[in-house]
Amino acid sequence: MRGELLYEGKDWDFGTIQRIHDAVADIAHKELGLDTFPNQIEIITAEQMLDAYASTGMPLFYKHWSFGKRFAQHEGIYRMGLQGLAYEIVINADPCISYIMEENSATMQTLVIAHAAFGHNHFFKHNYQFRQWTDPEGILDYLSFAKAYISNCEERYGHAEVERLLDAAHALMPQGIDRYPRKRPLNLHMEEKREQDRKEERERVYDDLWRTVPGRARGSKQMAGDKRRALLGLPQENILYFLEKAAPRLKPWQREVLRIVRLIAQYFYPQQQTKVMNEGCATYCHYRLLGRLHETGQIGDGSFLEFLTSHTNATRQPFYDSPSYSGINPYALGFDMMRDIERIVREPTEEDRYWFPEIAGTGDEMEVLRNVWANYRDDSFIAQFLSPRLIRNWRLFHVVDDREQPHLEVSAIHNERGYRDLRRSLAAQYEVGGYAPDIQIVDVDLAGNRKLVLHHRVRDGKMLELTNASMVLGHLANLWGYEVLLQEIDSGTEQVLKEHMVRPEAG
Amino acid sequence: MHIVDRRLNPGSKSFANRQRFLRRAKDMVEKAVREASKDRAIGDLESPGEISIPSEGTREPTFRHTQGSRRDLVLPGNKDYVEGDLIERPRGEGEGEGAGGQVGRGDGQEDAFRFILTRDEFLSIFLDDLELPDLAKRRVAQTEKEGLRRAGYTTTGTPANLALHRTLQTSLSRRIALKRPKQGAVDDLALRLEEALRLESPDVERLTAELEAMRTKRARISYLDPIDLRYRRFERFPKPVTQAVMFCLMDVSGSMTEHMKDLAKRFFMLLHVFLTRRYKRVEIVFIRHTDRAGEVDEETFFRSAETGGTMVSSALQEMLKVIRERYDPGVWNIYAAQASDGDNLSSDNPQTRELLQNQILPLCQYFAYVEVSGPNVETHGYVPHHGQSSLWLTYAALQKENEKFQMRRVSRREHIYSVFRQLFQRRATKTAEAS
Repeated sequence: MRGELLYEGKDWDFGTIQRIHDAVADIAHKELGLDTFPNQIEIITAEQMLDAYASTGMPLFYKHWSFGKRFAQHEGIYRMGLQGLAYEIVINADPCISYIMEENSATMQTLVIAHAAFGHNHFFKHNYQFRQWTDPEGILDYLSFAKAYISNCEERYGHAEVERLLDAAHALMPQGIDRYPRKRPLNLHMEEKREQDRKEERERVYDDLWRTVPGRARGSKQMAGDKRRALLGLPQENILYFLEKAAPRLKPWQREVLRIVRLIAQYFYPQQQTKVMNEGCATYCHYRLLGRLHETGQIGDGSFLEFLTSHTNATRQPFYDSPSYSGINPYALGFDMMRDIERIVREPTEEDRYWFPEIAGTGDEMEVLRNVWANYRDDSFIAQFLSPRLIRNWRLFHVVDDREQPHLEVSAIHNERGYRDLRRSLAAQYEVGGYAPDIQIVDVDLAGNRKLVLHHRVRDGKMLELTNASMVLGHLANLWGYEVLLQEIDSGTEQVLKEHMVRPEAG
Repeated sequence: MHIVDRRLNPGSKSFANRQRFLRRAKDMVEKAVREASKDRAIGDLESPGEISIPSEGTREPTFRHTQGSRRDLVLPGNKDYVEGDLIERPRGEGEGEGAGGQVGRGDGQEDAFRFILTRDEFLSIFLDDLELPDLAKRRVAQTEKEGLRRAGYTTTGTPANLALHRTLQTSLSRRIALKRPKQGAVDDLALRLEEALRLESPDVERLTAELEAMRTKRARISYLDPIDLRYRRFERFPKPVTQAVMFCLMDVSGSMTEHMKDLAKRFFMLLHVFLTRRYKRVEIVFIRHTDRAGEVDEETFFRSAETGGTMVSSALQEMLKVIRERYDPGVWNIYAAQASDGDNLSSDNPQTRELLQNQILPLCQYFAYVEVSGPNVETHGYVPHHGQSSLWLTYAALQKENEKFQMRRVSRREHIYSVFRQLFQRRATKTAEAS
């Protein structure tokens, strides 16, 4: 079937955008089986794009100097022409909001709509990380609440006061994330049921004889410590949460501000863990969608070439020895892996059948991919689906840099012996534990001087960087209001490698 | 699907963030602006420019790892390595690469942070702590500067100013005071009367009378009476107006070289920018002189050249004349800035001094004298150089006697700013400096 061209040339208007959206939606929903939030497409200028950049891509955000700094930075870079702007920003909300720039040509708008409004959108709606941690319906309302709340605080308590608090909260933002779902308080009904069960159980096992057994001596010191820690919910890795609930000297509004920063950090947490997958998903979708639009004659050859140019630029992966190499490009890795899965599902080789028995040759790549997109995050995705074929194509190799050794050592290359090693080590690079320091609050000296004790579990000798650490700890001590002790403990030997002690600033 | 066009939304959403950022980095931005202004021409002062500040004060710390003892790299693009190959550490990493990488990153952060200030931001930071000293005389001008402000309530007024809340308050208190029966009580009584009528009880007559009385009373005491009306009252009050006039005096005689004139011009232009920015109601009078003086417009003052001898007193005479004609010292704050190379007809010096000391300074709030000299004269500010000019010597005595009189020397373009700042610094900082 040959459709009519959706547009010709570079120019577009709202009608074009609508037509493009509908055409893409048709293919996305009917052929690829994508399931998306309703879309809202917003057209913005370059300056507005810079604005959005500066405040972490969100359309409304509370005010803080660091966003002004970021804006100035981006603006400088942009004005000097060192870097173009992203073509789009997409917000995980319901309806899903995509910003597209007015400067884009019609083809670019098609690409952006396919990429953001369908690829990312589907991913947001289905990936378990997003489902667990984000609330797309409430986010915009929450942000507008946060913005108003903080500006109220500024009026009431002064800019300086709020700024100090936000500085401190931002410094601890990476430590303001729940990595595991917290135990939810039971609702009344459940509570009642549990109480009922307990009672029945007590009645069932009741035996008066137990009363005569002499009781154990109670209240040992160890128990007291355990109990205290349990009451405070320690150990606790979510420092902001702990401060919000337990810091003795914070005022209610300060707790609320900490909560705002914490919740926003939590909202962005899934994005950090699914960069490769999210971009891979979006890139794969736009590739399929635009390919299909071209096949059905809805976009012309020229436009298709324009699209391919952008697409290949985005998915370029320079080799390690190229001057333009700057790490692994998540678009490239994600896209290649998705394509590879498609290949395995449709035309598996013997090797694929051996490595991926459960998906090889099943025939419906979209079903497999939808499942992948829903149930994995970067590290598990790579650990599961990086195929030997792709490792060979990328010519991946693993270098170990041990500081004790005079040389770097190549420990695995793209051969039979190396596949598993490479897959494991590449996946490990995307583990949260790998890049975020593991810091927990372990104890509070409630009886004494209320000292807060934290542990940093050091892996592979990765200590905390000193200047930053002492600044952050200063912020932490100010929030806590009393002394803070951070011990760096080797996770292998349990030895204390270093201690940082910080007092709050007077006042 | 919705399409929303946001392009027409108000721009610069991040303006407030930017303000916060500038405030945060205020000290550093100020310093950077001072530095930057040294090599900028006055004309450029009006255009935006890039400045850079050290990123120290605007750092955002978080917990970060150092490199650690072991690093695993997975890289694409293997060409001929096999397992077990040893690779030389790339140069530049090498010894202590772990720490090196981190420090490198740290250094990157401490790099100067460059960004662009708009013209307004630049000027407001640049002129931030400057002020015309002793802006003392505040005068009430009858003409336009009258403000309105709320002043309680009044019983007369226009309907637009009706104060509803207050009106109903008075109405309520009047009704209570006069014991106006409530509608509820009336209804109640009516019901009881009905009941009584039905039962044909003996109370009917009494109740009828009572009800009648109540109704009459309600009718007589109205709900809202003209006497309750209250209006918001506004009163006029005179807004004090600060009026100032600035006299710019410049020697344009032949002894002034191009360089000196350039310095003087820069000084006055700076002054001009400062005054027009800082004070809405400042008038500026330009007087140039050789051996004769005349009031000119701004354009002529800065652009055209003259030849002739030098008589400073002529300019002072002219200034006095203008003051007498147009600027009553009782009403105006008077400031003067004079630029000259210091040459004066020696016979004119006593007269100049006399004029300044006895006639002009008593009228003035402040008189600043800037002596411009050739580029190879090393001094600026207070330090008198070997060949002191006749005017400088004449004025030197005045400076000692009179607080209102200040003088500085300037010989180089880049010093203009600091001299200017010295002259117009806020008094508080000035005394602090002196002590």
